Amino acid sequence: MADPILRVQNLAMRFGGLLAIDDVSFSAAAGDITAIIGPNGAGKTTAFNCLTGFYKPSGGEIILQSPNGGPHTLHTMPVHHIAGRAKIARTFQNIRLFAGMTVLENLLVAQHGAITKNGMLGLAALLNTRRHRAAECQAIEHARHWLQRIDLIGSADQPAGSLPYGAQRLLEIARAMCTRPTLLCLDEPAAGLNPRESAALAALLLDIKRQHCAILLIEHDMSVVMRISDHIVVLDHGRKIAQGRPADIRANPQVIAAYLGEEAA
Amino acid sequence: MIGRLRRAAIFASLAFILCAALIGVHTTQTEAGLVLGARPIPLFIMVVMAALAGFAIAPRRTQLARPASPRRWGALISRFLPALLLITGIALPFVGSRYAIDTGTIVLIYIMLAFGLNIVVGLAGLLDLGYVAFYAVGAYSYAILSTNFGLGFWTCLPISGLMAAGFGVLLGFPVLRLRGDYLAVVTLGFGEIIRIVLNNFTSLTNGPRGIADIPRPTLFGYSVSGNADGSLAHMLGLHATPIWRVIFLYYLIFALALATNAFTQRLRAMPIGRAFEALREDEIACRALGIDVTAVKLAAFAIGAMFAGFAGCFFAARAAFVSPESFVFMESATVLAIVVLGGLGSQIGTALAAIIMIGGGEFLRESLLDLSQSPSFTWAAAIAGDIGQYRMLIFGMAMVGMMVLRPRGLIAGRKAGIRLVGAEARQNG
Repeated sequence: MADPILRVQNLAMRFGGLLAIDDVSFSAAAGDITAIIGPNGAGKTTAFNCLTGFYKPSGGEIILQSPNGGPHTLHTMPVHHIAGRAKIARTFQNIRLFAGMTVLENLLVAQHGAITKNGMLGLAALLNTRRHRAAECQAIEHARHWLQRIDLIGSADQPAGSLPYGAQRLLEIARAMCTRPTLLCLDEPAAGLNPRESAALAALLLDIKRQHCAILLIEHDMSVVMRISDHIVVLDHGRKIAQGRPADIRANPQVIAAYLGEEAA
Repeated sequence: MIGRLRRAAIFASLAFILCAALIGVHTTQTEAGLVLGARPIPLFIMVVMAALAGFAIAPRRTQLARPASPRRWGALISRFLPALLLITGIALPFVGSRYAIDTGTIVLIYIMLAFGLNIVVGLAGLLDLGYVAFYAVGAYSYAILSTNFGLGFWTCLPISGLMAAGFGVLLGFPVLRLRGDYLAVVTLGFGEIIRIVLNNFTSLTNGPRGIADIPRPTLFGYSVSGNADGSLAHMLGLHATPIWRVIFLYYLIFALALATNAFTQRLRAMPIGRAFEALREDEIACRALGIDVTAVKLAAFAIGAMFAGFAGCFFAARAAFVSPESFVFMESATVLAIVVLGGLGSQIGTALAAIIMIGGGEFLRESLLDLSQSPSFTWAAAIAGDIGQYRMLIFGMAMVGMMVLRPRGLIAGRKAGIRLVGAEARQNG
């Protein structure tokens, strides 16, 4: 695997007596979709939370080799720097949109850092200077681009909470993409989608992979995982039990045992 | 119908149980000692009122989704009400009595406070029960700086705002990790701390006796009251009447309130305003999008506090006297009630709620006094004299009624700070 963008080494996460993640190492290559799968409680979301800074790992290293800006040691960075500087964007297992705000506003909040970069502590925005207006217009253009991609341009001025479930899932991905990430982490994006919506999601993710950034994916829907992943990491009870290409994983007896029960092992 | 009757009966019996001991009996001092007497008529009135309220409140069917389009008269109100209020506000000194202008000034102070609190509670969703602390900081900043160092009102106005903002940040730090109820309790404590410090830091604040003889605001360096050298009247060669000062103060707070409103409206379309709202909606998502939640929270506290500081500075200058008594928890509660009743985040609703809640009581008393002028209504004068005692009762009932009938406030519904259609037009234009 050439060119790893993300390296996770000997990651451990302990909650009191519970070892949620036990010495897990894996890496994700630039331009790949890397899927993390495993039964419920395997530690997938915990790994995500370590990666995005919501948890401080009890041990191990997480290093992002971003194409412009050198290595970031994620395990020591606060959450908003991981998103803002290391450029890792994420979505959540249970949708976390700003439900009361409009679709467009959701996408603009995601570009908060970009708009306020030269903002003189908000003074430029208060005085509505030309430079601020330009930054805002650019942000709106970017938002419009993503709204067209997910086919929600007609609902731009509607409250995000009023959208149908599938559209909210897509909007959350679009919002994450509006931060211009180098790595996109998706926590069960296909949960609750019907087969047609899942297919559209898979197409969108392949598009993102080709045009924008690497993707790290937690997913239970195996039809999606097997179709789009380049590389799969399997966790069970906090340990990595397998990794490899989809075809290898499908045939791996340990993985089958973890999913179907211990007797086969 | 039967449901309503049953509800009325339940309400009536509850009111009877609650009011029987409180209202239904009274004691009188006679030579034989205290004698218990019955007071059936007020009790009866309370029970009937409760029954009527029970009858009036229709049990609602649960709505799965609220209709997207607001009611037509709601749209009408939000269209014309601002202009109406603005015109009334400008015209008041020309048509109103001195008393009306004074009441208007007080209402405007509350409007300004409510606008400021609306930034913290309505936009950023941080429940602040100690808002009056910043009002006090602003007032005492001006009082201390002007009486000790001879600084003028216009110098002290920004200083008061900055001082209050500083205290806002000071409050912000310990409560960064708190939300909801916990935050409310800490802010409540903060408000009390400020008041107690003001009461006991005698060398600086003169304790409970307060600070008197605070200079009045001037207009471009000219004193607005009196006819002495250096007064506005002297400069213009006119003869000043005492009402000049009242009118000047009125327009001053009117301008301050308008400025606060303009700032808040602008804020809603600014990145930081959007960040406030995003923070209210989902803090975790904010952090995941790279927003420094700490900075945003502190900014919300500071900006909200700043406007309370301005209002406090004006309050001190208007009354020429400050004491800790003016900054009790009741004031925080009143301002918060105005914000909630007006509809969280709605500027015009907030203004309307302040007018009704602060101005309404005064208006009621005035109209009762007017009514008592006519011979057949002399009894109204007695009620007008007592209305202060009923103020909190009316307040409370209005709040309960509002929350039942319009749980999202007088003017509910949020207008987006930016629209794609509008943005397009702006870009092209």
